[in-house]
Amino acid sequence: MPAEIYLNVAVGGLLTGLVYGLMALGLSVIFGVIRVVNFAHGEMMTIAMYIAVALFSAFKLDPLVMLVPIAAVLFALGYVMQAGLINPFINRPEHSQFMLLVAVALIMVNGLLIIFGPDARNVQTSYSFDSFQIGPLIVDATKVYAGAAAITVAAALFAFFRFSYLGQAIRACADNYTGALVVGLDVKRLYALTFGLGAACVGAAGAILVLIIDVTPPLGPAYTLLAFVIVITGGLGSMPGALLGGILIGMTEAMAGLFFTPSAKSMFAFGILVVVLLFRPQGIMGRKAA
Amino acid sequence: MTRNSSTKSARAGQGVTRRSVAAGLGAAGLLAGTAPFNIVRGQGAALKVGVLLPRSGTQAGIGQDCQRGVDIASGLLKDLGYPSLQIMNADTESNVDNSRAQAEKLINEGAQLLVGAFDSGQSTAIAQVAEQKGIPFVINIAAAPPITEQGYKFVFRNFPVAGTILGDAFANQKEIFAATGSAPKTVAFLHVNDTFGMAMKGGIGAVMPKFDMPYKIVEQIAYDPAARDLSVEVAKAKATGAEALLVVSRLNDAILLTRELVKQRWSPMAVLSMGPGWYEDQYLKTLGKLANGPLSFVPWYDPNKKLSKQLETALAKAHPGINLNTNHVYTFEALLVAADAYKRAASTDPKALADAIRKTNITENVSPGPGIMFNEKGQNDKLKNSAIQNRDGKLVTVAPKTAANAKVEWPMKPYDKR
Repeated sequence: MPAEIYLNVAVGGLLTGLVYGLMALGLSVIFGVIRVVNFAHGEMMTIAMYIAVALFSAFKLDPLVMLVPIAAVLFALGYVMQAGLINPFINRPEHSQFMLLVAVALIMVNGLLIIFGPDARNVQTSYSFDSFQIGPLIVDATKVYAGAAAITVAAALFAFFRFSYLGQAIRACADNYTGALVVGLDVKRLYALTFGLGAACVGAAGAILVLIIDVTPPLGPAYTLLAFVIVITGGLGSMPGALLGGILIGMTEAMAGLFFTPSAKSMFAFGILVVVLLFRPQGIMGRKAA
Repeated sequence: MTRNSSTKSARAGQGVTRRSVAAGLGAAGLLAGTAPFNIVRGQGAALKVGVLLPRSGTQAGIGQDCQRGVDIASGLLKDLGYPSLQIMNADTESNVDNSRAQAEKLINEGAQLLVGAFDSGQSTAIAQVAEQKGIPFVINIAAAPPITEQGYKFVFRNFPVAGTILGDAFANQKEIFAATGSAPKTVAFLHVNDTFGMAMKGGIGAVMPKFDMPYKIVEQIAYDPAARDLSVEVAKAKATGAEALLVVSRLNDAILLTRELVKQRWSPMAVLSMGPGWYEDQYLKTLGKLANGPLSFVPWYDPNKKLSKQLETALAKAHPGINLNTNHVYTFEALLVAADAYKRAASTDPKALADAIRKTNITENVSPGPGIMFNEKGQNDKLKNSAIQNRDGKLVTVAPKTAANAKVEWPMKPYDKR
């Protein structure tokens, strides 16, 4: 097999992994702060993908151009979900939270089925079939744009948490819940903002991912699972870990398909998860529980 | 007054009187007397046909395309003088377990005959239920041979098995190679790893050596039918340096494969498809001019048959802009088999219907070959297959010569020159 094929596949895996990472970032942010596992994560991404498809079908608006408005819509959805639905469950047993979010996920899938039907839908932009050739390397143009968008959004999120007052307040809530309450932070509102940010992240990922894959209503659960695999691999609650986990899983899937058989791609991704759980249960960049 | 009335009603409620015995005997006599005419009365009612299709899930596009065959069937069957069918729709959700559950549900709700289910795995599950419950099941589309090799008495298939599809495919390919004076020397074989894909893979291994094909398979690549990204698969196939691509796929993956071929700048001499996907309307519409060229070796229809023209007209009326294809043809023919059996059996009794289906001999049909008739296994083994090519949103038959209406465009025009 020619050597350039390995490079081609690795680059493709890296770019897809970046988008995976962005999607998982949302899950990691939500868990890291609120300590709630969003079992409707993939479904929220599917909603974002359908918004992108609808905007493209109706107005020919490029999903990358609409990335910020779509993320804003998902932010609002996430904020309302946390403020109206999840906040009352914060102190309830984990299985209650699990059931609530699984129910939300089911409602989302079936709502999408009712509205859009079961057909696979996609966005075919002017650059959908483009690729860049650099010597022997052929890179899918859509994946390059998607990867660049994922890096930009992730960088903006890192900057928000690092430099903004609101971001620091959210981090304070994550670090010390009681302390945050004592200093007078409105924790419930900050939780809603955090869930909104996580949803905005997955919204942005959906707007990007719709350029790469077709969307169907039942797509969500597979991506919720993928986000879990990435986040657990990278480290629950760690933002850089989520991004790193995404890249690792994206590249593992790509290289496993090349070296072994493409139909066993997911098996290798789960294999990585098992190895990480065995030897570093807190994830690659996760902190050990005290 | 009041007291008298209550006494009368109390009497009426008290068990047997001479009058009630006489009335009962009269009613029994009337029933007994009309019993022989039950069949005639049954014929007046519509036969309840449960149609199981993958209307959602990964095969939703194809399942809904099959539904178009159902949509046009009732009017056409009526015009042909067949009795009415009452269609009971069910969604398999492209899932084997759900197919089984839906088949049971339909039977419990009164379905007297089942039709479906496009997919071999799903059809296998339904066949088990149909056989267990003693309800006839007419398979519209499913190619895995084992379904009609189980000794089932209630399962019938008017669709060629994988071996026949492959045999005809190789014969038609050789005809095309001979006509063009050109043939690929190597092919990469990409296939889905579901029941159908694996059956076709096994079939190719078994059948190909008998045809002395001019090419050899340099790589076999299996992939999940629900895969969202086939870039690695295409990269791997391209790396083999194969001159052509041999594929067994579904609709969504056919679109994904084509996108990757374009993006990875690989224009093989030909795409030779041994299954669905590449000729379907959604494929043609989604990809536009990039859809031109692939050759599909599939169970098709004989454009010269009278009923084919009627079916084309009915489809054009009900669904303008949709090309008649395998999904419509074989779903319609499954319902034709049901209506024909019901007409001859003149009964909704499952056993009588199954016996009637076994004796089917429909010569005025749509699919290529002498007609619809089933062997002792419940398989129509007289069916023939065609080679069709995508041409500007239309489908033309290029082989066999006897059923062709166009010459093949060979080799496939490179994607970057369209």
